[in-house]
Amino acid sequence: MTAIALPRLGRRVPLPVVAGTAAVAWLVAWIVEAPAADWLTFTVLGLEHESHFGEAVAFLLEDLPKVLLLLTGIVTLVTLIRGFFPPERVRPLLVGRGLLPGSFAAAGIGVITPFCSCSAVPLFIGFVEAGVPLGVTFAFLIASPMVNEVALVMLWGLFGPGIALAYMAAGLTVAIAGGLVIGRLGLERYVEDYVWDLQGRPNTVIAVRLTWADRLGDAWSYTRTLVRKLLPYLFIGIGIGALIHGYAPTDLVASLGGRSNPLAVPIVVLLAVPMYSNAAGTIPIVQALLGKGLPLGTTLAFMMAVTAISLPEFVILRRVIKLPLLAVFIGVVSTGIIAIGFLFNFFVS
Amino acid sequence: MRTIEVLGSGCPNCRRLEANAREAVTMAGVEAEVRHVTDPREIVGRGVMSTPGLVIDGRVVSTGRIPSAGDIALWLSEAG
Repeated sequence: MTAIALPRLGRRVPLPVVAGTAAVAWLVAWIVEAPAADWLTFTVLGLEHESHFGEAVAFLLEDLPKVLLLLTGIVTLVTLIRGFFPPERVRPLLVGRGLLPGSFAAAGIGVITPFCSCSAVPLFIGFVEAGVPLGVTFAFLIASPMVNEVALVMLWGLFGPGIALAYMAAGLTVAIAGGLVIGRLGLERYVEDYVWDLQGRPNTVIAVRLTWADRLGDAWSYTRTLVRKLLPYLFIGIGIGALIHGYAPTDLVASLGGRSNPLAVPIVVLLAVPMYSNAAGTIPIVQALLGKGLPLGTTLAFMMAVTAISLPEFVILRRVIKLPLLAVFIGVVSTGIIAIGFLFNFFVS
Repeated sequence: MRTIEVLGSGCPNCRRLEANAREAVTMAGVEAEVRHVTDPREIVGRGVMSTPGLVIDGRVVSTGRIPSAGDIALWLSEAG
C-alpha cells in the first residue's frame, strides 16, 4: 500500500493545556458576568432600576450570557461523563433482575446513559432480546429523556439544589412507577411479534476503545451542535422571560396558574406537548414564571412534559410496540407528571 | 475489497457518518463498498444499540458517535 498523508487533527497544542485554558476562561466569565450586565444596563445605558424596561433589559443581558455559559460548561462536562455509560455497556446490569429492583436500576441508569430518540428502536429491541423485562425497559425509556441531566444541572445553577433535586426525584418516581405499572399490567402481547422472535439469540458484546482526545472532541462538538440548535429557542425563551419579568403583573400569573386553579397543571402539560423536546431551552421561561408566582409543582410539570412527551419519539416507538401499549405508555407518563405537579403544589409552599 | 457498514435508521447523524465514511475511502485510497444498514434487527444483531454505528470488515469500530473522515481513514489503513 502506498503511504498516504493523513490529516493530523489540531494537536499542535497539548490536550491538557487546551482543556485547562478553557476551564479557566469559563470560570472568569462566570464570575464577571452578572456585575458586567448590571453595569452595562444601569450605568452605561443609564436605565432606571425601578423601570419595567430597565428590569427587562437587565434580565436579558444577564440571563443570555449566564444560560449560554451554563449550557456550554455543563453540557460538555455531562456529555464527557455520559460517554462512559453507553447502552451497550449498561444493558448487562439490567438483565435477570426482578421488576422492582430492575425498575429502580433502570430509572437510575436512564439518567446517565446518553439517549437519542433515533436510537429508541435498537435500544428497545436490544433490551427485550437480552431478557430485560418489559416494565424495566420502560422505566429506562421514561427516565432517560425525562430526567434530563442538562436541565438538572442548570436548575441547580439557577435556582439551587432544592429545586434541582426535587426535579430529579419527581422524574425518577414517574419512571419507576411507570415501569411497575407497565410491568404489572402484562402487556407483553402488545410488543410487535418480530421483537419476541429475536429473544434468546446470542447477544453480541462489543467494546469500542476511545482515547481522551476522542472523548473531549466528541463532547465539545456535541455541545457546539446543541447550543447552535438551542440558540433561537433561547432567544425566544429569554425574550418571553424578559417580557414576563418586566411586564406581566404578578397577580395575573399567580391567579391563572396558581394553586387555586385546579386545571393549571393539566393545562401546562397539554401546552408542553407540541413543544420541542429540549429542556434547557425552557429554563428561562420557567425561571421567569417561578419568579412571578407560578407554583413549583406546575412549573416542574411543564418542564417534565416538554422533555418526556415527545410526539416524534412515540411515532418511532410504534415500530416496536402496538397501539394499546403505546397508549398505556403515554397515559402513564402524562398521569405521572400531572400527579407530581399536584403533589408538589400541595406539599411545597 | 473492503466493506464499510453504517448502522443507523437514516437519521441526519447516520447520513453524516456515511458521508464521512465515503470521504475516508477516497482519503485512504482503498477500494471499499459503503453500505447503510437500517434494519434495527440487524443493527442490534451486531451488538449496537446506540446509533450511528460503524463497522469495518465485520468489526464494530464505533457506536453512538460520528468519527471524522480522517479517523475512519486511519482505521481503514491500520486494519488493511
